[in-house]
Amino acid sequence: MDFERIVFYVFATILVFAATRVITVRNPVHAALHLVLAFFTAAGLWMLLEAEFLAITLVLVYVGAVMVLFLFVVMMLDINVAVVREGFIRNLPVGLTVAGLMILELWLVMKNKAFDAAHMPAPMPRGADYSNTRELGSVLYTDYVYPFEIAAVILVVAIIAAIALTHRKAHNSKKQDPSEQVKIRRGDRVRIIKMEAESRD
Amino acid sequence: MEETTLLDWLITGGWILAKILIIVLPLMLCVAYLTYAERKIIGYMQLRIGPNRVGPRGWLQPIADALKLMMKEIIIPAKSNNYLFVIAPMLAIAPALAAWAVVPFGSELVLADVDASLLYILALTSMGVYGIIIAGWASNSKYAFLSTMRSAAQIVSYEIAMGFALVGVLLAAGSINLGDIVMAQKGSLLHWFWLPLLPLFVIYFVSGVAETNRAPFDVAEGESEIVAGFHVEYSGMAFAVFFLAEYANMILIATLAALMFLGGWLSPFEGIPVLQPMFQWVPGLVWLVMKTAVFLFFFLWFRATFPRYRYDQIMRLGWKVFIPITIFWLVLEGAAVVADLGPWFD
Repeated sequence: MDFERIVFYVFATILVFAATRVITVRNPVHAALHLVLAFFTAAGLWMLLEAEFLAITLVLVYVGAVMVLFLFVVMMLDINVAVVREGFIRNLPVGLTVAGLMILELWLVMKNKAFDAAHMPAPMPRGADYSNTRELGSVLYTDYVYPFEIAAVILVVAIIAAIALTHRKAHNSKKQDPSEQVKIRRGDRVRIIKMEAESRD
Repeated sequence: MEETTLLDWLITGGWILAKILIIVLPLMLCVAYLTYAERKIIGYMQLRIGPNRVGPRGWLQPIADALKLMMKEIIIPAKSNNYLFVIAPMLAIAPALAAWAVVPFGSELVLADVDASLLYILALTSMGVYGIIIAGWASNSKYAFLSTMRSAAQIVSYEIAMGFALVGVLLAAGSINLGDIVMAQKGSLLHWFWLPLLPLFVIYFVSGVAETNRAPFDVAEGESEIVAGFHVEYSGMAFAVFFLAEYANMILIATLAALMFLGGWLSPFEGIPVLQPMFQWVPGLVWLVMKTAVFLFFFLWFRATFPRYRYDQIMRLGWKVFIPITIFWLVLEGAAVVADLGPWFD
């Protein structure tokens, strides 16, 4: 067994373990942290596939940003696990149906002739000077420029929609305008009055 | 056959381990003496002498501090989350050290010449926030948790501005490999990226200060409001590890700024007739260390000079000032690259 395969199995074991813990662990914060671990090991697996750009981006975007915000919210919510677990038996048939459907779909894809070993040979390992990032960029901005731009526009629309839906004007906001604060001069705040000293009697 | 491969493995593994130690040990020494430099410099700025008792002129103070911290008991709060409480310092220091793997110290001096090294560093520095978040949450303390919330929001916000500033650098260099980025600045002092990317340079460094939770952006450990922030409950070596991570990150930010905007290991006298041959003998590493030291001095200078930012002002600066400026400069730079504006973008 070569080194690469050992690394693969180590990463795969950690990934499966972490993914299982995400749905079985009681504490939601622990679940989120296991999800972080799952993302990180998945990135390691992608690295083994020589997809270093995707691997690093997975860590950068999902581990470094998305999950931080996720944890941020989960930590502040005081989720009562007992209440969440109440509907477990009731929802089990629905869950099983969805899981069964997904397994069926995966099986159909895997069984497909287009994906068997004859049609999909293992890719040749690239040389050391092969830049995954450069290749991805040149394809993304030439052949797939329209899908790429459309995806970007959809994301912008989603951002605007999310802000529009959740943003409520605060009634008692104490918003400050720094430019006005900086512009303040002594004369606006203090009035110096010359007055006669009072006489003693 | 089997034995030779095993031996090869051991040799390769041992060699890599030795290289890691060659980077990490001097780094730890730098961290120790950065704390000494900080106390001395801020001391002189405030007309004090600073540490001067241990060893000649206080030179052994960091060693004494390290020994003291190692001797102290690590107290684990009764109602804390034990595992996470112990893991948090490790999560803080691991990315701070791992990022150094791809930092080039010279044209050949690099542990791992990864093609996407800039992305790698960005990804790893963004991981550092987990140490802080988990520490604050696992401590089961209100002060620590408040600090966690502040620092998580701050780091995520400033990462965007920082990322955009780095996009500017890779646009100018045409590469995301740190070594290539330095080589793209070859020529003279004016070829370095600080000049064409001046706004991005300033934003990168200020964001770096905010990312490392240093003054004036240190609301995460605002001692006047929340004691010491996320590591209130930590003591002894567990606390020291957070400390090490913070200073290692400072050195990393300073080194990256030197690499990306001040020409890394390139000589500042390049292209100047008399001075260039005169300073030819100086190894590149010396220039890099000197440039890094300048940025580290700025870190300390900021701390001695500026009052702490108010929290809403930090957020305003990050989102409403830095991000628009970086986006504007990226558009401008893109136009300059298309127009082949010399001598930087041709």
